Amino acid sequence: MDVENVTALRQVPVSPASRHFSLMRATLLSQVLGRVGSGILVLWAAITLSFISLHVAPGDIVSLLIGEQLRTPVIEAAIRAEWGLDEPLFSQYLSYLWRVLHGDFGRSYILQTDVATLILSQILPTLKLTAAALVVAVVFAVISAVATAGLRWPRRIAGAMELVLVSTPSFWLGIVLLFIFSFTLKLFPVAGDRTFSALVLPALSLGLSLGAVIGQVLREGLERALEEPFALTVRSWGANGLTLRLRHGLRHAALPAVTLTGWLIGNLLSGAVITEQVFGRPGLGKITVDAVLGKDLPVVLAVAILSAFIYVVLSTLVDILYLLIDPRLRART
Amino acid sequence: MSVSPTVSRASGIRHLLLMAFRRPGLLAAVAFLLAVAIGTAWPQFLSAYDPIAADPLQAQLPPGAAHWFGTDQLGRDVFSRVVHGARYSILIGVSAVVIAAVVGSILGLFAGLARGVIDEAITRFLDVVSAFPDLLLALVLISFTGPGTVNLIFALGVASIPRFARVVRAQTFVIAESGYVEQAKTFGLTKAVLVLRHILPHAMAQVPILATIGLGTAIIGAAGLSFLGMGPQPPIPEWGAMLAEGRNYLRVAWWIGVWPGVAITLTVISVSVLGRHWQASFEGRRQG
Repeated sequence: MDVENVTALRQVPVSPASRHFSLMRATLLSQVLGRVGSGILVLWAAITLSFISLHVAPGDIVSLLIGEQLRTPVIEAAIRAEWGLDEPLFSQYLSYLWRVLHGDFGRSYILQTDVATLILSQILPTLKLTAAALVVAVVFAVISAVATAGLRWPRRIAGAMELVLVSTPSFWLGIVLLFIFSFTLKLFPVAGDRTFSALVLPALSLGLSLGAVIGQVLREGLERALEEPFALTVRSWGANGLTLRLRHGLRHAALPAVTLTGWLIGNLLSGAVITEQVFGRPGLGKITVDAVLGKDLPVVLAVAILSAFIYVVLSTLVDILYLLIDPRLRART
Repeated sequence: MSVSPTVSRASGIRHLLLMAFRRPGLLAAVAFLLAVAIGTAWPQFLSAYDPIAADPLQAQLPPGAAHWFGTDQLGRDVFSRVVHGARYSILIGVSAVVIAAVVGSILGLFAGLARGVIDEAITRFLDVVSAFPDLLLALVLISFTGPGTVNLIFALGVASIPRFARVVRAQTFVIAESGYVEQAKTFGLTKAVLVLRHILPHAMAQVPILATIGLGTAIIGAAGLSFLGMGPQPPIPEWGAMLAEGRNYLRVAWWIGVWPGVAITLTVISVSVLGRHWQASFEGRRQG
């Protein structure tokens, strides 16, 4: 899912509202269960896919798991024992599934550590970065949409700015921000994650381009909402333009923007990997890049499964929220 | 925009000029992409220096008359490296999009025509693949294959397959149900003729547009992955790899890490402008 899908996403599925309330409650429950079920199915398939990939990939599984580490009989024996390589394939699969379900992602033989412990120790800086970037994105989107919707020149300027932001690689934006604010003006630290001010530039470079996309969708939704009859009604109460936009229009505009959630999560996670590298921050992104370059597959697969888990859980939650907020969607089968 | 088929050459040019006057942004985008295309095909035509050979005496010169974009830490002309870099960055992006478009269209068409169990299987498979963020999926593939130009193209291409497959599948559904296909069936056409002549062209109509708009994303993705060291290795002048080098010299020579990024951004903006215009005229409405 990426920038080009935005146009397709703007059309919110709308179906004729069902008036059969008793029927609707039953559909709501079954639809929620359906979403949860298909989320679990996708996760199971993702874990299975990573198991299969280890067995289908060329080369024997021991050297795949060992990565760039020196292969000694001791390590080989440890891997064979851990993955149960002497057992039949299906029982290997079942025990892999069992271990992953319990949060056991095995051992990284390059870093000589437990993968789950490694990930847990690195997850906080990444969470901070993605949360801060999300705040930047949403604030930017709301301001640029509310301030420019329906106004000819402001929206053109905002649109051009958004096109530039969407087309700018976030890591290059990071380099430019570093040059201006850290090296020239010396306002923010160059690297690390010790202070709050170290979070500002990474969050801006990751959040702005995402905010530009959300802003486009939000503005379109807001412009549609401002043409609705209810906008006229609110104006007739004597409400000023800003109240109308913030309190009434934004609610309608937010619904189409929510469909971007899946896209947003994927981009936040992917973008964090690169942003951490630009700003020399610790975090999941850094261990992922090191693991990919060192062919440390246990770590790479664990990060992949974790990000699929985050993606599936959040997008399922949003789907369900959507069903609760907008009754028109429930009638769909 | 209805141009009659018997339009003369002169009025064609006048039409073009009129378009350019009305949409300067589009004209600028096309002009920039032409320059990039020349840089991709004949880089020596636009640049005076060798992009690889080091010249330590000329290291870290700021932008000036002799070196428009300055020189890097090894004394190589940054402008020449940016021009030569087009070949890598553009070709990686284009190849990845071509892989994604071809495989994605085949999968989508297959799912849309077969329906039933096969469609369900393909759709579920695409769901699973899209649960991994694009870039992370590419990173997982590279951790199996190792870094390198070809591996990067492959990883990036595979990661963008679902996007094309979904659109073609949905389109195939619509076309296969439409009235004219129903009617064509009554003529007793064979299944092959029906699919190849009547369904395929319409189901695929949007693929070139999607590919154009997707090219921008692919170029950014390719630059990002090579920034992380997953693509062409030094001293190859790929834009993302150049940015990774430039980041380390930001304190002393900002120009090393700025110009490749300008090249990426301008290319992606131009591609987006072109793609959006194409999409708008395809949908039969003009953007305001």
